[in-house]
Amino acid sequence: MSVGEYIRESQIWRSIFRHPAPYDRRNRAVVMLTNFFLHLHPVSVKQGGIALSYTWCMGGVTFFLFLVETLTGVLLMFYYRPTLEWAFTDIRALRDVTTLGIMREIHRWGAHAMVITVWLHMYRVFLTGSYKPPREFNWVVGVLLLVLTLLLSFTGYLLPWDQLAIWAITVGSNMARATPVLGHEGPGFQLLNLGGYDLITNASDARFLLLGSRFVGEETLNRFYILHCVAIPLVVATLIAIHFWRVRKDGGISQPL
Amino acid sequence: MESHPDLTVSVIRGLGWFYLIVAVMNAFWTYRVFRSGAHYNSIAGFKDVPKAATWGLYTVVLAMLSFAHVIVDSTPADFLFRLPVGFKNLVDVVIANPISYFAVSMVIFVAMILLRRVWTRPTVAWVLLNIAMLFLGVSMTDYDFRQIVGKPDNVPIVGMLFLVGFFTWLYFYKSVENDRRIAAGEPKIEDEQSEQVLVWPDLVYTEMICMLLLTAFLIAWGIALQAPLEEPASAVKTPNPSKAPWYFLGLQEMLVYYDPWMAGVVLPSVILVGLMAIPYIDFNPKGNGYYTFEERKFSVITFLFGFLPLWVGMIVLGTFIRGPNWNMFGLYEYWDVHKLEVLNNVDLSQLFWVDWLGKPLPRPDANASALSQAGTIFLREWLGFALVLAYLFILPPLMAVTVFRSFFVKMGFLRFMVLANLILLMGALPLKMALRWAFTLKYIVSIPEWFFNI
Ligand code: HEM
Repeated sequence: MSVGEYIRESQIWRSIFRHPAPYDRRNRAVVMLTNFFLHLHPVSVKQGGIALSYTWCMGGVTFFLFLVETLTGVLLMFYYRPTLEWAFTDIRALRDVTTLGIMREIHRWGAHAMVITVWLHMYRVFLTGSYKPPREFNWVVGVLLLVLTLLLSFTGYLLPWDQLAIWAITVGSNMARATPVLGHEGPGFQLLNLGGYDLITNASDARFLLLGSRFVGEETLNRFYILHCVAIPLVVATLIAIHFWRVRKDGGISQPL
Repeated sequence: MESHPDLTVSVIRGLGWFYLIVAVMNAFWTYRVFRSGAHYNSIAGFKDVPKAATWGLYTVVLAMLSFAHVIVDSTPADFLFRLPVGFKNLVDVVIANPISYFAVSMVIFVAMILLRRVWTRPTVAWVLLNIAMLFLGVSMTDYDFRQIVGKPDNVPIVGMLFLVGFFTWLYFYKSVENDRRIAAGEPKIEDEQSEQVLVWPDLVYTEMICMLLLTAFLIAWGIALQAPLEEPASAVKTPNPSKAPWYFLGLQEMLVYYDPWMAGVVLPSVILVGLMAIPYIDFNPKGNGYYTFEERKFSVITFLFGFLPLWVGMIVLGTFIRGPNWNMFGLYEYWDVHKLEVLNNVDLSQLFWVDWLGKPLPRPDANASALSQAGTIFLREWLGFALVLAYLFILPPLMAVTVFRSFFVKMGFLRFMVLANLILLMGALPLKMALRWAFTLKYIVSIPEWFFNI
């Protein structure tokens, strides 16, 4: 009995993988059904549905990048404190002293790449007409994922707390000031008032809600940190689960009818 | 003034490696052409010249070019292979002007659709790719180009342009083929791949390889290019220009033409709602699950117009061309903070009352009641309001009985109204641009008293 066989016959191994290795047809089907990670997939698909030249693999790549971002993001959280005192120095330390500081590079370039691949995924889904019935709703879920991907990237942009960060966020969030009715420089903000006093001021408008302050400051850093590391990823993960489940329930990857 | 202040030896050597990549790519291409056995009937008196010979020659030239770059050690300023100044100036003039920038992108867009059968041919596409790569390479010898394109955060955008170009090509390539097959009554490309295969191994192995390649790619990218970190944040030192993150630069560009409430809130919301509405307003059942252009021309052209010139095009504009004071700069132009652009745009109400009627603008009386002030404001802006309301409410029914008649019949009232309004709102950006350029128009409706400008 070889070592490999010995391991595969052991009680431990068999308690984890309930079935023999996927060498024959039957076990190749069984492995898809009994493995938690693989059961995302069906047992068999149409060849065209997995042709790279058809799907461009962009949805899968986006998902993979999301996982990479989660992993590198968690590692970065060990080294980063979201306060005015430390944020910038912690990031600089990642470059200068931290052994695995390259995590920051991977995290940043992965984020850019994810924005690009999510666009390309949408581009392909549109161009193959895959949003047409019965997949209308999954397209809507997709659009939500697109927005959240951009917001993830946007909230993360602030965290290094350098000039690039705060001014990009300042420019981006200035828009909120002009929200109709709810921004203190938006049309119709005077509509919300109590006995002549405006309810919408620069300390109570949509921008204040976003920044937690009248300008991009420590409260903003805290808010964006929580949004970036906890709130948005949770929502994205949930929506991705729904998205994948719908792909299956809607009949798998679209193919000619 | 020295126009190439730091064409250093390392830049030139880097370019050498870049040309080497292009050469290797072309070596593969030469091999491919050689295998296909294609021949020219006669060239300069020689009969039956294999096409691979031309490509082989080109590859050798590239390899020599690469070699010349890599071994360079003389003074970089003497280095010869760069762009002629005349060419640079020409490109700068065309690009640094919004009218010609937009005109050129529209010409490319229309040509892309009309000439799809030509440029999807592999050889043509390969030549285009070579031109793009050589253009990028040679342009890198220019200091100002390198400053802006080489910024770490801008590198992904260059990559994105190549990817978008490639996938657009792939789409048209497959569509042209499928459309031909549909017309000839043959099965489509996708129909030929309807065999059922097992996910293990056919899909999981592909996924595995994809993940490994991507991981390697990200690590290589992370080592090669350091993530940017500028000076510590300072609330008093405003950089000029101040730019949003690159994926929002299309929106920031709209700020040139619309006020923040429109460009930053209303139009982005319209984009999102519009995207989500697509499945519910596209009533055409054809083209589901395969690539085609002919069977869904209208929806594809609309989407491509929104994605290519309006979204990607505006990101390119915002990233590479908008400089200090949000002025436009050519690709090879120095970002001069003192560059002046005359801006004397006028409001429609100004044009109407002062220029056309020769009267002063009606001014609300500060002591009058709120209602009478509002009345004066509406009087002052009546033409703008009338135009905007007509655009949004009269145009759709007009469209329904004319050009979009067949759509209206098939879609019903509600869907059609949503479609018409989305198209009109998407058109609002190019329209306002055109008005700005033609009449130096600032606002159609201008009520600064209420922060309400359109
Ligand atoms: C975080 C973002 C996203 C992830 C991780 C994701 C992932 C995926 C994956 C893995 C698939 C399987 C097929 C493929 O790879 O192409 C898929 C299919 C699909 N996605 Fe997404 N997606 C995302 C965003 C979007 C967006 C932005 C849209 C559209 C607006 C979208 C619409 C769809 C639709 C309609 C399908 C079914 C396609 C078909 O059956 O051909 N998704 N998605």
